[in-house]
Amino acid sequence: MSKQAPSSPNATTDAEVDPDEETEQTPVTTGSEAVIRALENEGVEAAFGVQGGAIMPVYDALYHSDIRHVTMAHEQGAAHAADAFSVVRNEPGVCLATSGPGATNLVTGIADANMDSDGLLALTGQVPSDMVGSDAFQETDTTGVTAPITKHNYFASDADTVGDTVGEALALAGEGRPGPTLVDLPKNVTLDETDAEPGPAEPPATTRPQYVADEENVAEAADAIQAAERPLLLFGGGVIKGDATEQAREFAREHEIPVVTTMPGIGSFPEDDDLCLSWAGMHGTGYANMAITHTDLLIAVGTRFDDRLTGGIDTFAPEAEVIHIDIDPAEISKNVHADYPLIGDAGIVLDQVDDALEASPDADEWREQCQTWKAEYPMDYATPDDEPLKPQFVVEILDEATGDDAIVTSGVGQHQMWAAQYWTFTEPRTWVSSHGLGTMGYGLPAAIGARIAADDDQEVVCVDGDGSFLMTIQELSVAVREELDITVAVLNNEYIGMVRQWQDAFFEGRRMAAEYNWCPEFDMLAEAFGARGFRVDDYDEVAETVEEAVAYDGPSVIDFHIDPAENVYPMVPSGGANGQFALTEDQL
Amino acid sequence: MSSQESDEAEELPKHGLKGPSPDERPHPEGRRNSQGIRIDPAAEAEPEQRRAVLSALVEDDPGVLSRIAGLFSRRQFNIESLTVGPTTVENHSRITMVIEESDPGIDQAEKQLAKLKPVIAVGELDDDAVRTELVLLKVEGDDPDKVHAVTEMYDGQTLDAGPKTITVQLTGDEQKIDDAIDAFRQFGIIEIARTGYTALARGDQATVPGEKPGTADEPTRPKNAQQ
Ligand SMILES: Cc1ncc(C[n+]2csc(CCOP(=O)(O)OP(=O)(O)O)c2C)c(N)n1
Repeated sequence: MSKQAPSSPNATTDAEVDPDEETEQTPVTTGSEAVIRALENEGVEAAFGVQGGAIMPVYDALYHSDIRHVTMAHEQGAAHAADAFSVVRNEPGVCLATSGPGATNLVTGIADANMDSDGLLALTGQVPSDMVGSDAFQETDTTGVTAPITKHNYFASDADTVGDTVGEALALAGEGRPGPTLVDLPKNVTLDETDAEPGPAEPPATTRPQYVADEENVAEAADAIQAAERPLLLFGGGVIKGDATEQAREFAREHEIPVVTTMPGIGSFPEDDDLCLSWAGMHGTGYANMAITHTDLLIAVGTRFDDRLTGGIDTFAPEAEVIHIDIDPAEISKNVHADYPLIGDAGIVLDQVDDALEASPDADEWREQCQTWKAEYPMDYATPDDEPLKPQFVVEILDEATGDDAIVTSGVGQHQMWAAQYWTFTEPRTWVSSHGLGTMGYGLPAAIGARIAADDDQEVVCVDGDGSFLMTIQELSVAVREELDITVAVLNNEYIGMVRQWQDAFFEGRRMAAEYNWCPEFDMLAEAFGARGFRVDDYDEVAETVEEAVAYDGPSVIDFHIDPAENVYPMVPSGGANGQFALTEDQL
Repeated sequence: MSSQESDEAEELPKHGLKGPSPDERPHPEGRRNSQGIRIDPAAEAEPEQRRAVLSALVEDDPGVLSRIAGLFSRRQFNIESLTVGPTTVENHSRITMVIEESDPGIDQAEKQLAKLKPVIAVGELDDDAVRTELVLLKVEGDDPDKVHAVTEMYDGQTLDAGPKTITVQLTGDEQKIDDAIDAFRQFGIIEIARTGYTALARGDQATVPGEKPGTADEPTRPKNAQQ
């Protein structure tokens, strides 16, 4: 978005755009129009939201705009959809809500985007300025509520500057390490008259990310790489957000360094490549965790070392020196001490390091060792005919039935882990999930946002859990209304399964509040919403039903009744050592 | 489901899964020996806490103070005092913070502060920085002469004297203020208001990176700006 030349609003798709057309823009006359003009100037194509009293003027200005507005069933859905849009497009997504309950309903989605460093602009209505602080109807201190979960938020103070403020907020959301921003819009500000056209959208002067790493540090890091015997690359979500997958892939292949990703980093490196050991962490592959445990030089790019990745920090990469490449200086040595800190943009710094390298590390033995681990700890599950349907099998069939660039969204729970484990991701921005916040209900609204952002020929599949699906199931009405081609695969175990797994493992099997023995019939519910509904209980129905659902040109829901006893393995118990993962229950 | 059977449940480990809370988390400092190999944290001493004076130049956005205070509480930085006031540049304020943290904690506090949009620049002050605190002390007015003598001794000023109470003002470093308060105890202290440190770097050193002493009404270069 801001990387391209600002496209003219109301641009015709005509190849020959009249150069004078830009000047033919109708001048803005109100604060609301300035808000929308700021979005248009930055080429915003879509926005997700819900109407309401305080935001009505802004919606009114959207009436004549070419920005596609998707009316969601709940503001949480709007935030998640905008978030997913940003993940797929790698530019900030936009969501709108009214004051009070509209704004507070956005909060989960904003917090989610904040934890995952997803660019997001939230525009919220607010009571008129002169009523702020009076506990007026639908008043909430929105900037106060969202201050800890945004990069920055703004309270718009007047119509003449509101357009610039929105532009700045949008630019800030996408700058450096992306994240959510919010502009609270008092109703008088959006209704007031103004002729102030918003200027170019620029992030505030006080934020200046550093893109190029210090050369001396780069040289030192390069020396360490050359000397390493067991080097390992760890690609985080920052590789994808920094648009650095090309550089990352080249770097790994040129120097033949094995690659582990974090869960948000899935797709940064093709999982079917020999060098790839998939993702590490609590439910990561055994071989990824073994590699982390034994590497002598961890080259981490764009990761914040979340505890779900590191396990106990003292046992994380115990033999390794750490090179940490990150655009956010505050991430350096926050959780894991960086022996070689390289602050800058992932792609630029990888190129810098590459240029500084005189030779690749000599690591034949290490590469072989990594392959041995792959054979030793394969990702596997049991599928005897008489057993109930295994969720892993369902994920594999879904993967087979869709293209390499299919986008997978998920809820949070066991199903999320199975999707991440058994889908073979090869492209960036195809795995759209709630990592840092772990928000149940993320999957369906994310599928809607992803669908709007994706190419038409890209499949969008939501792998959901019965519990997660129920949290935002109302968004199915949006998918039907907007005729969105998405396939929801519910891995239905009639449990909030991940909780059940932990209760069995760590609370002596007391399954308090984890049983959903009143689960609705999701196929029928889907039909009631106007979507296609399917139900699958057996192995032999899986492939056929998946094919039919994927082929259906609209939203469809497959209710897979899976083995309710199935658990997610490998597992590194929380705070444990990555190298000590359990492959079965007995090993916990 | 096999795991429902009670005998199986018995074999399961009985520990909970809750991770350590932020203050229980080991700090990264000292976790590697000179060869870069991690050493057992249990064998290590606790990371030493020290007091640091941080100075931040901020834009006078509404809510800037609450953003900074919020950051400190959210990230569990141990804050001792915070003072704020305008500078010679319009719309800029200086915030002086005293925090007690380990070195990595101080480093994090600085970096997290620098990320806040209204923060223009932030830096830690050297030990030789000029730092001072102001305190107002209200004591019983029974013995005005003695109170006056003690006030003189600590270079204080009497701001208000009545038949029942005397209020004095003192400035100085923490040690001096603590000593003075001790000395005033004999009269019966009624109320105390302390500001916490405010501070500037000594000589022509910049208090925050990018600040130009001597031409103090020139705006400071934003943090992170590439030289
Ligand atoms: C909004 C929210 N509430 C609660 C949780 C805690 N939680 C994590 S996983 C989980 C169970 C998820 O159940 P389901 O969606 O059915 O997926 P399954 O684990 O069964 O695949 C729960 C309750 C959460 N992550 N998010």
